[in-house]
Amino acid sequence: MILALEYHRSPARYLATRTATGTKLGGRMAGLIAGNMAPLRLTNKAEPRRPGDDWTRLKPLLSGICGSDLGLLNGRNSPYLTPMISMPFTPGHEIVAETMDELPGLPKGSRVVMDPVLSCGPRGVEPCMWCATGRQSRCDHVTGGSVSAGLQTGFCADTGGGWSRQLVAHASQLHRVPDELSNERAVLVEPIACAVHSVRRVHVPAGASVLLIGAGTVGLFTLLALREFTQAGPIYVVAKHGHQRARAKELGATEVFEPKRAPRALRRATGGSLQHPEIGDEFLLGGADIAFECTGGAAGLSTALRLVRAGGTVVVSGMPNSGVDLTPLWYRELNLVGAYASDHGGPGALGDDVPNAAEEKVRADGRGGDFAEAISLAAGAPLDGYVDAVYPLSRWRDAIGHAFAAGRLGTVKVAFDPGQQ
Amino acid sequence: MSRPGFVLEVDERTPPLLIHQGEGFRLEGLPLGSKVIYPPDSLPGIRDVNAAIRHALLHPHGMEPLPELLKPGMKLTIAFDDISIPLPQMQTPDIRQRILEHVLELAARKGVDDVELVAANALHRRMTPSELKRAVGERVFRAFFPEHLRNHDAEDKANLVNLGKTDHGEDVELNKRAVESDLLIYVNINLTAMSGGPKSVSVGLASYNSLRHHHNSHTLKHSRSFNDPPNSAMHHSYNRMADLLGGHVKVFTIETTMNNEPFPSAMSFLNKREWEWNLKDQASYLAVKRGNDMLPPKMRRKLWQSSYAPYGVTGINAGAPSQVHPLTLQKVHQQQRVEVNGQSDVGIFGVPFICPYNVNSIMNPILVTSMGLGYQFNMYLNQPIVRKGGVGIFYHPMPNEFHPVHHPSYIDFFEEVLAETTDPAQLEAKYEKQFATDEWYIHLYRNSYAYHGVHPFYMWYWAAHAMDHLGDVIFVGADRRTAGRLGFRTASTLGDALEMAKHTVGSSPEISYLHMPPLTLADVR
Repeated sequence: MILALEYHRSPARYLATRTATGTKLGGRMAGLIAGNMAPLRLTNKAEPRRPGDDWTRLKPLLSGICGSDLGLLNGRNSPYLTPMISMPFTPGHEIVAETMDELPGLPKGSRVVMDPVLSCGPRGVEPCMWCATGRQSRCDHVTGGSVSAGLQTGFCADTGGGWSRQLVAHASQLHRVPDELSNERAVLVEPIACAVHSVRRVHVPAGASVLLIGAGTVGLFTLLALREFTQAGPIYVVAKHGHQRARAKELGATEVFEPKRAPRALRRATGGSLQHPEIGDEFLLGGADIAFECTGGAAGLSTALRLVRAGGTVVVSGMPNSGVDLTPLWYRELNLVGAYASDHGGPGALGDDVPNAAEEKVRADGRGGDFAEAISLAAGAPLDGYVDAVYPLSRWRDAIGHAFAAGRLGTVKVAFDPGQQ
Repeated sequence: MSRPGFVLEVDERTPPLLIHQGEGFRLEGLPLGSKVIYPPDSLPGIRDVNAAIRHALLHPHGMEPLPELLKPGMKLTIAFDDISIPLPQMQTPDIRQRILEHVLELAARKGVDDVELVAANALHRRMTPSELKRAVGERVFRAFFPEHLRNHDAEDKANLVNLGKTDHGEDVELNKRAVESDLLIYVNINLTAMSGGPKSVSVGLASYNSLRHHHNSHTLKHSRSFNDPPNSAMHHSYNRMADLLGGHVKVFTIETTMNNEPFPSAMSFLNKREWEWNLKDQASYLAVKRGNDMLPPKMRRKLWQSSYAPYGVTGINAGAPSQVHPLTLQKVHQQQRVEVNGQSDVGIFGVPFICPYNVNSIMNPILVTSMGLGYQFNMYLNQPIVRKGGVGIFYHPMPNEFHPVHHPSYIDFFEEVLAETTDPAQLEAKYEKQFATDEWYIHLYRNSYAYHGVHPFYMWYWAAHAMDHLGDVIFVGADRRTAGRLGFRTASTLGDALEMAKHTVGSSPEISYLHMPPLTLADVR
C-alpha cells in the first residue's frame, strides 16, 4: 500500500467547487475552497502495477503542482478533456523520481524526469501518424492500449501520479537527470519542456516583437525558451505580481507591464493606436507580432487577441478554461496556435508553415527534443528559488492553498515531497 | 480707489483663513506669526469696454491706427488666445468676441476680404466648436466657422514655415498663414505677467520644433521667475524669436488685462479677506462648503467648471508688441503685485480647481504639480517666497484621475515615465522626443481634442525651478499613492505637514501663505 492523493468522481463536489470559486471572492479564496471541497483525498491505496517489462516503478522525489492541476481542483478545466482521463487517478505530472526497476540503459535507482504524455509507445499500440513522426503530444491513441484512458500520467487511473509515493512509467517517457542537476531544478524540466514546445510551435522571426501574457511558471519559462531558441526582438511581459516582474526582467524581458496598463504600455512600445469600444476592453490597432497566452484564463487570451497586430499570431500555451470574444481573430486576421505539452521535435514541430529547410537548419544546429533541451535549460538558467515551497503529502491542503496563491505569495512553483513524513 | 495688497501677520485675532484645495476649499488656522500675502483689491473694470477698444485700435502704440493698416486685397490673419485663459472662463461676452467684432468691422469697411481667424493653441488641445463660439461670439462664429475660423495645427507640416534660427540657434517655425499675411493681429488676454508680448505669436502659433527651445527643463529651471520676464530665461528666448519674427511679418497686437474677480457673486466671499466677511458671506461659506462637500465628484466638477468669472477689463492697449506689453505688465502688476519683506522657511499654496489646461476637463496629478509648483510657486518677483531649501506645502486632494480624451499622453507619462524618474532633465533626455513624435498622440492632437504628446513634459518642466529650489514638498490631503509617484510626501493636516517639515526647517519655521486665487504676485525683497 502507498500513500497517495486521489482525485475521484464526485459530481456534487465538482459542481460545488466550480460554483464556489466562480465568484470574485471565491476566486480569491480558491485555495481554501478547493482544499475543502474538491474531490481530492489522501488515501492508502495499492501500488500501481507495471503494465509491461518496459515499464518501471518510480519513487517521486519532488512532484510539482501545475496550473492544470489547479484547474482540475477548482473545476475550471474544460469538460472537453473528460474522455481523456480515467478515474480515480493520482494527479502529478511534473516529476523528478528514482527508478525502482531495471530498464535497458537505465539502471535501477536512476534519477529521472518524466515526459507525462501517454502516447502510443507507453500504450503498446501501433504508432499513430503523430507518434510515428515524433509528435507524441498529438497522439490519437490516448484512450487505447494497455493502460486506461489518460492524456498524461497524472490523469490516468492505471499509472498513478506524482502526488504519491509510487507510480509507474514507460521507458520511453523517462529522461535521465544529470548528477549536477538538483531535484529542485529537475522538477521544473517538464514545464520548461512545454515552454520550449510552445516556442517551437511558431516561427519567431529575428527581431519580432513578442508579448507574453502572464509571468507564472508557464510565462517565465516561455520567456526563457524565447531568449534561448529564437532571435526575438523586444519581449514584453504582462505580470501581475512584483516578484514576477523582477524574475521576468532577470530572464530577459524588455519591459514588464501591469495587466491593467498593458494596452497603453504596449502601444507606447510598439506604436499603433489605442481603441476604446463602447463596451468591453480597449485594443490596439498595431501591437506585438506574436503573443503567448500563458495564464490559461479567458482574460489573458482576450488580452492577447486584442494586443497583437493584424496578421499576427497568438499562441495558447496556458490550458484555456473559458471562452472569449473572437472578433479580433476574425477582424485582424490573426493566427491562433495551440501548444500542448512537449514532443520529440518531429516534422512540423517548428510550426507547420515553416519550410523544412529552416527546420533542418535548426536540427543541424544540434537542437534536440523538447525534454532534452529543457534539461539543458534547467541546468543553466537562473532558476534558483523557483521551487521554494515543498510540502509533504500530509499537508496537501496547505500545498494546494499555497499553489493557488503562489503569485501573491511570491512563489513560482509549489511541489510535494512525497517521501517526506 | 482699490486698496493695495498687503502682508498680514497672523495673531490671536486672525480668523481661520481660506485655502483652496482643488474643487473645494477649507478654513485653516495658521500658526501665530505666519505671513499671509494678499493681493490688492480688485481694480474697477472699464465701464465702456467698446469705447476703450475703439480707442485702442485708433490710437495704438508705435504703429499707425488699425484702419490705416487695413487695405483692400490684403491677407489678414487674426490670432487669439485659446481656452487656456482667462481662468476661470469669463462670463460672456468674452473680451475676444468684443475685440474681434470691432476689428472685423474695420476690416470689412476697408474692403479686406481675405481674413482668417486662428486660435493660438500651440500644442494645447483644439478648442471644440462650442468653445470657439463662446470665445468669439455667435456672429463671428457663424460667419467664419469652419473654413475661416480654425485651431492652429502645430503638426500640419504643410502649413508651417521655418523662418530660420535666432542668434542662439533656436528654430522659429510658425503658422504659415499667419507669417505670410500682410498683417497679423493678435488678440490677447493677459492674466499673468508671464503671458503676452513676445510670447503670444512665438508660442501660440509655433510648432514643437520651435517650442522645444524654451519649453525645456534647463530654461524653466533658470526662469526665476517666469512671471518676471527680465529674469526669465524663457522670456529671453521669446524675445529672440520675436525679433526674428519681426523681420517677416507685421504684428499688430491687442493686449487686455483683467481685474481680480474670478468668482461669481454667489461665491463672492472667495474674493474677500476673511475678517471682512459679513454675516451673508459667512452663511454663504457654510452653505457652499457643505453643499460642495456633499456633491458627487462629477457633479462637483461640473459646477466648478461652469462657474464663469465676472472679470472686469482693466486695460486695452494695441499696437507694436514691444510698446504695448510694458503697459500691460504695468496693469498686471497694479492688480497683483504686493511687496513682501524677505523669504520664509515654509511656503503654503492652495491649489485651486482650475489651471490653464483643465478647462472643461480634469485637473490630473501632473497638472496639479504644474499649477502648484509651477504657476503658483512662480508668482513672484525677485525671489521666491520660500528660501532655498525650504518647504513647500500645497493643498490638493490629487486623485489619480485623468481625462482620457484631453490628456492621453499624460496617462502614459504618469504610469511609465514618472515610475522611472521624476527628475525633469532625466525624463526629458530619455522620453521627450518619444512622446513628441508618437504618431498616435499626434493623431489625437490633430483630430481629437488631445493635448500634444509632449505636453505633460512641459508641465513637469514648469515645476523644475520649484523642485530644484525646495528642500521638501508636502501635499496636504492628497492621495498618498499618487503623490508618491510624483515624488511628493503627503500629510492629512497642516499640523502634520509642519511636523514632517521639521526635519528640513526646524520646529519654529517662518511661514508665508500666498493667498490666491485671486492672483497674487509677491514682490519679495
